[in-house]
Parts: sequence; structure tokens; C-alpha cells
Amino acid sequence: MKILSFGIAREIVSGPIEMSLDGDVSVAMLQTKLSELYPGLRQLSSFVIAVNGEYGQPERIVRNGDEIAIIPPVSGG
Amino acid sequence: MIDIKISSEPLDVQSCIAWAMSPESGGIDVFIGTVRNTTKGKQVVRLEFEAYESMALKEMEKIAAYSLAKWPVHKILIHHRTGALSVGEIPVIIVVSAAHRAAAFDACRYAIDTLKETVPIWKKEVFEDGERWVAAHP
Repeated sequence: MKILSFGIAREIVSGPIEMSLDGDVSVAMLQTKLSELYPGLRQLSSFVIAVNGEYGQPERIVRNGDEIAIIPPVSGG
Repeated sequence: MIDIKISSEPLDVQSCIAWAMSPESGGIDVFIGTVRNTTKGKQVVRLEFEAYESMALKEMEKIAAYSLAKWPVHKILIHHRTGALSVGEIPVIIVVSAAHRAAAFDACRYAIDTLKETVPIWKKEVFEDGERWVAAHP
């Protein structure tokens, strides 16, 4: 599974992330896993996970074919 | 009617307003975001905008659809720019037309406030001596 990242999250993870999932992994579990792999993410005000272009609820199960993205605090406008 | 766009090319205020014109409208409310030259007293050289485009378009569409459902407005346009913008350039334009001004003002304010909260677009402030992703850290 490929994980996209943007803004400061893209700079923190520096490069594409490829991850394979074993069993049922929720958005919350994925967030924890990513925080462990990339401690810089823990310094952010917050970060959330998008699944297929929608904000992912913490309990949502992600699948290997899903488009996953790390969304740091947004600041458009 | 809804018009949503994310573009790396300069946004055109006149054509956005022209799109929102209609005989049944009594007013058009326009919000234009512009790049300011300072932030917290520090000189800004430029802003760099990055978008998760496919998702940002969907979130902008949701804002526009909600506005049309909640207020009696006719048309809403939301355009956002990406890439490097100098001081005075326009990162965002929101245009709302309605029969009466109150709805247009309310919907326009809702649209820009919500865009800043939900649309996956990020800006980096570039200074003479460094740079900073806005809102990234507490």
C-alpha cells in the first residue's frame, strides 16, 4: 500500500512510503504506526489520515488497495 | 451552480465575477485572499501552496454544495491557487451571488472559514532567513 504525504508531513517522511498490511488495520492503528516510524509527526499540532480522498474515521479499516494520505494541519486560503 | 478550481496559473478576478452574474441576482459577494508582506512582524518573501488536489476538490465541492443548500444563494465559485506566490498575488477567490445580500455574505464567510479548516491545502511562508509551514506546530 502506498501512502501519500503533503506539506510538512511530506518533508518529515522524506520520500514515498510503501507499507503492507497484515490483518485488520484501522486508521487509528495506522496513525500510531506512522508516529512510531516518523517521530517528527508527533511534533505536529495534529495529523489525520485520509482514505480514498475522505477524512478517515479512527475506527475505519484500511485495505491494501486504498489510497492513504497523511494530512498535517491544513492552512489553505 | 457551482464552479470549483485548483490551478497553478494566476486566478482571474474579473472572469470569476462574470461567471457569478445572473439576472436573478441582486448582489455578488467576493472574497479575495492576497499574499501579505508580513507575518507576526516578519517580512514574507513568498508563500508556497501545495494541495492534495483530488481530495481538495472534493472538499471544496462539499463546501459549495452545503452553501447552496443552507442559504438562498444562486451561484458559488471557489478557486484556489497552488505553487509559489509573491506578495500581492491571489491564492483564493470565493464569489457568491444571491437575490439578497445577507445570504451572499453569510455563505461567502462560511466558505472561506470552512476552506481554511477542511480543505487539504498547505502553505509555507518563506522568509529571508528561513521558512515555516503555517499551523504545522503548536
